[in-house]
Amino acid sequence: MPADRTVTAAAPTVKAPPGPFVAFFRDFSENRAALVGLIILSLLVFVAIFANFLAPYSPYEQFRDFVRTPPAWAEGGNSAFLLGTDEIGRDMLSRLIFGARLSLFIGLSVVVASMAVGIVLGLVAAFAPGWPSIVIMRAMDVILSVPSLLLAIVIVAIIGPSLTNTIIAITVVYLPYYVRLVRASALQEKTRDYVTAARVGGAGTLRIMFKTVLPNCMAPIIVQAALTISNAILEAAALGFLGLGAQPPSPEWGAMLASAREFLQSAPWIVTEPGLAILITVLSINLVGDGLRDALDPKMRRS
Amino acid sequence: MLGFVVRRVLLVIPTFIAIAFLTFIAIRLVPGDPIEVRTGERGISPERLAQFRHELGLDQPVWKQFLDYLWQLAHGNFGTSISTHAPVLTEFLTLFPATLELAISAMLFATILGIPAGVIAATRRGTFIDYTLMGAALTGFSMPIFWWGLLLVLFFSVNLGWTPVSGRIDLLYYFEPVTGFMLIDSWLSGEEGAFRSAVMHLILPAIVLGTIPLATIARMTRSAMLEILGEDYVRTARAKGLSPFRVVGFHALRNALIPVVTVIGLQVGALMAGAVLTEYIFSWPGIGTWLIESINRRDYPVLQGGILLVSGIVILINILVDLLYGVLNPRIRHAR
Repeated sequence: MPADRTVTAAAPTVKAPPGPFVAFFRDFSENRAALVGLIILSLLVFVAIFANFLAPYSPYEQFRDFVRTPPAWAEGGNSAFLLGTDEIGRDMLSRLIFGARLSLFIGLSVVVASMAVGIVLGLVAAFAPGWPSIVIMRAMDVILSVPSLLLAIVIVAIIGPSLTNTIIAITVVYLPYYVRLVRASALQEKTRDYVTAARVGGAGTLRIMFKTVLPNCMAPIIVQAALTISNAILEAAALGFLGLGAQPPSPEWGAMLASAREFLQSAPWIVTEPGLAILITVLSINLVGDGLRDALDPKMRRS
Repeated sequence: MLGFVVRRVLLVIPTFIAIAFLTFIAIRLVPGDPIEVRTGERGISPERLAQFRHELGLDQPVWKQFLDYLWQLAHGNFGTSISTHAPVLTEFLTLFPATLELAISAMLFATILGIPAGVIAATRRGTFIDYTLMGAALTGFSMPIFWWGLLLVLFFSVNLGWTPVSGRIDLLYYFEPVTGFMLIDSWLSGEEGAFRSAVMHLILPAIVLGTIPLATIARMTRSAMLEILGEDYVRTARAKGLSPFRVVGFHALRNALIPVVTVIGLQVGALMAGAVLTEYIFSWPGIGTWLIESINRRDYPVLQGGILLVSGIVILINILVDLLYGVLNPRIRHAR
């Protein structure tokens, strides 16, 4: 009917309450620090995705005539190597750019893996009281009682040092946080009326778990995800630094630091640059994480 | 209260057995034949092989091996190092004071600076000081501490020559360890300059290890203070004319410290993890260096026993924190 159409067309002029995404972005962008973090992080993601096009050289190419060239602005620097070269003449800038790809990949893989497994285990623990719940939660207690980096070190020591195994080890370390978080909020949501309504409406347990309850548990999970990415990047770098993570010649930032340690005095930029890259990345993610927490979960608001 | 303590301690036993089980399984997953690793022989004769298998209990069924292992643990036998042939527990007890000394110093550094920083940020909320302090705290929180350690070494040890690069004390001092804590031992030794040397060796590692706890404590103190400062009793205290110092320092801070103490307690696990990196950078002869070396030497009994002991200590400290929490917060104590 034409009349109906005019009504629907006129509707947007009435000031509607902002949708969840609009409201979220308004809250988020109020926090200027978080916005700065988001911009830096977007740049890093851009650099990581287009590393092949942005890096001036291959991260593995060795320029034997330019070993340990200082950054371009320093004395003895060479404008062909903006950030200098490392101990065997590889371009630092190119290695850092490819390192960004590795670090963000590690962070993202750990989050996706630990979140996916954690959600399933957490929901099972919430919806299957009795032995499944007990087994899952006690197993998580065990993982939590071993200090995080030590646990990762032990896992890597057993399955062997490599990038993939680093991701596996750190995923295991962060699993308990998701399981506990999901279980706690699912237990809380489970008693709400809308869940009862869904059950009365004939929804099966699986549907209630994943379609009814899970979406309402997502806010703290997302905040935890931001924290996990930054911690995972730090721990992967720490493992790399200890020689138990990504192996040389991989341009992983931690591994770069490890092989450069002995040049601390003679070529400090080989040491300072990868660490600064780690710090900036982790800091920007933490800024975004703080902003997410404030915007998504007013209860957890810091100030 | 006593019932609570007993229950809490009893709950630890299954967790500890589970960790023992995991390390037990894990060591069996390690590639390489344990007998070859232990004896260093190849092409061993079948008789000797059988003899070794019997000596190590490897001819028993796996469940029996695990029970034997638990039995050994219950008697304080955490295995024997392959490389030094010393009992793992003995090595642990020799090295642990070094880690403990480092960890305590780091926590003191973090608490002494972190709580005032949090209080100042909360009372000056929204000002430049608040933003600066919290910006610094977030930076510290995001710090790759192994790099931070290298930077401090580069600046203070290499460039300025103020502090030594590694170790616990200068090699020219030697005295029998009494307590295992270098600060106390060097003081007791009475040797001139020994105490000073021990302090100088401790400063940088303590700062590095204390950085993340410092940032965490400062952030936590600030948010706890902000919450408390909005309470009615704080307003009452202000209204009756108490000085701002008394209100903040006595009325508010005491209540704000409850969550802060919990956070300090929760840092223990992170502290042990950080100690591994810190000790590695400064060649600090503690548990962290010991564990990393055990991996490089493939000394699995040390790794197995060491992880168990470290986890046990972390679990025990967490219980102590729980109890302390009850002491600090009567509401929780009575709820139990």
